[in-house]
Amino acid sequence: MSGKNINLTLKIWRQNSPEDRGRWEIFQAKDISTEASFLEMLDIVNEQLALAGKEPVAFDHDCREGICGTCGCAVNGRPHGPDRETTLCQLHMRRFQEGDTLVIEPYRARAFPVIKDLVVDRSAFDGVIQAGGFVSVNTGQAQDANNLPVPRDDAERAMDAAACIGCGACVAACPNAAAMLFVSAKVSHLAVLPQGRTEAARRALSMVAQMDAAGFGNCTNHKECEVECPKGISISNIARLNREFIKAGLASKE
Amino acid sequence: MIWVARIFSTSIGKKQLMAVTGILFLVFLTTHLLGNLSIYGGIEAFNAYAEHLHALGKLLVVAEVGLVVALIIHVTLAIILFFENRKARPIKYAVDKSGGGGRTLSSQTMPFTGLLILAFVGLHLANLSHHIVDQTNRTIFQIAYEVFANKGILIFYLASMVVVGLHVRHGLWSAFQTIGANHPKYMPFIEWLSIFFAVIVAVGFGSLPLAILALK
Ligand code: FES
Repeated sequence: MSGKNINLTLKIWRQNSPEDRGRWEIFQAKDISTEASFLEMLDIVNEQLALAGKEPVAFDHDCREGICGTCGCAVNGRPHGPDRETTLCQLHMRRFQEGDTLVIEPYRARAFPVIKDLVVDRSAFDGVIQAGGFVSVNTGQAQDANNLPVPRDDAERAMDAAACIGCGACVAACPNAAAMLFVSAKVSHLAVLPQGRTEAARRALSMVAQMDAAGFGNCTNHKECEVECPKGISISNIARLNREFIKAGLASKE
Repeated sequence: MIWVARIFSTSIGKKQLMAVTGILFLVFLTTHLLGNLSIYGGIEAFNAYAEHLHALGKLLVVAEVGLVVALIIHVTLAIILFFENRKARPIKYAVDKSGGGGRTLSSQTMPFTGLLILAFVGLHLANLSHHIVDQTNRTIFQIAYEVFANKGILIFYLASMVVVGLHVRHGLWSAFQTIGANHPKYMPFIEWLSIFFAVIVAVGFGSLPLAILALK
């Protein structure tokens, strides 16, 4: 395994603050190893900027191993870049060719205001979780495992939905900036388990209300979210949320 | 009644009303097409179908009122959702690229095909509705023939049927998804049905004016 080095042109969105209007800046990324990750490539560029006394490009990251959901921006129009089921931190420069131009911009949504450069404020997601993304349990001794029988398929479906890392790529990819894939994953991973049924109706109604209040758009079933989700969350979760919502709305006391 | 307003003013509630009214239009399209296919039984069969339909009297009025109410709901919500969605992304992407396998021509043009269909429905009613066009001295076949003898109107009708097909192609499966009917057992069938129904509507309705013109 030996890599080569490539040269790239980066067109990056710069914005000093949420109030700033923002502008495009062009950088040359020289001699980038194809074995570097995308974020390492940005690190190299930032190091050069710092050495030249310029302000480095701000971008979000934490685990850099595809599990925390902190990283993410649009690369050539694709949230998390061109690879399927891959977070930006797991994207590697071998995906690009010598001389490529990469347009790197923050996620664009009214509910995700830009804080600085490529960093957006995704606390609207936190608000949705606070509105109902939990189950109420009694404190004290932990229950015996398998006390509540859960069919294997249900457990699998719950786990598939729980794979959501809340990165916001679904909102970024949606032509309507809708958050339905995120909200549906959070509703689903609890709704298919017996522990989550107790509060299911209230959860569906209050999480949807909070989603609307945060200024996300309305889903029109373009499926772009499913295509771009780094965890491969299926839009069948959105159908489940729609079901949970109509059940809660028409058949519960909530 | 407050809960009704609360449910149907949410994003999902609005979309579910869109879906239900949309499915109603799909049912209407099916019956409208089946009835009009009587043209292939000849001029008498076609005129007889129209007479039988109008003989339904009150039942027909109920259906018409239902469709008008559904249309008002569908269009009003479409306009609201369209502007809400535009507001949700105030700054557009410089590069806006689909990952492939997501949005389609049909899904992206829904608001515009919808508007075109609205214009078509207006013209269609003005041309052929028994409420608007006097039928005392002419049969429905004669009226239709005269309408389609106008080349401009004929072309607009044919183009409109392609537009309806495009709208149905995304609308049908989308309606099922929105009311929560998505299951690995039958979703592939519904997605297939979307395309099949779209073709049937475009070709089926599109063939009617040509059949009428060919029959004189
Ligand atoms: S930095 Fe944690 S998922 Fe990319």
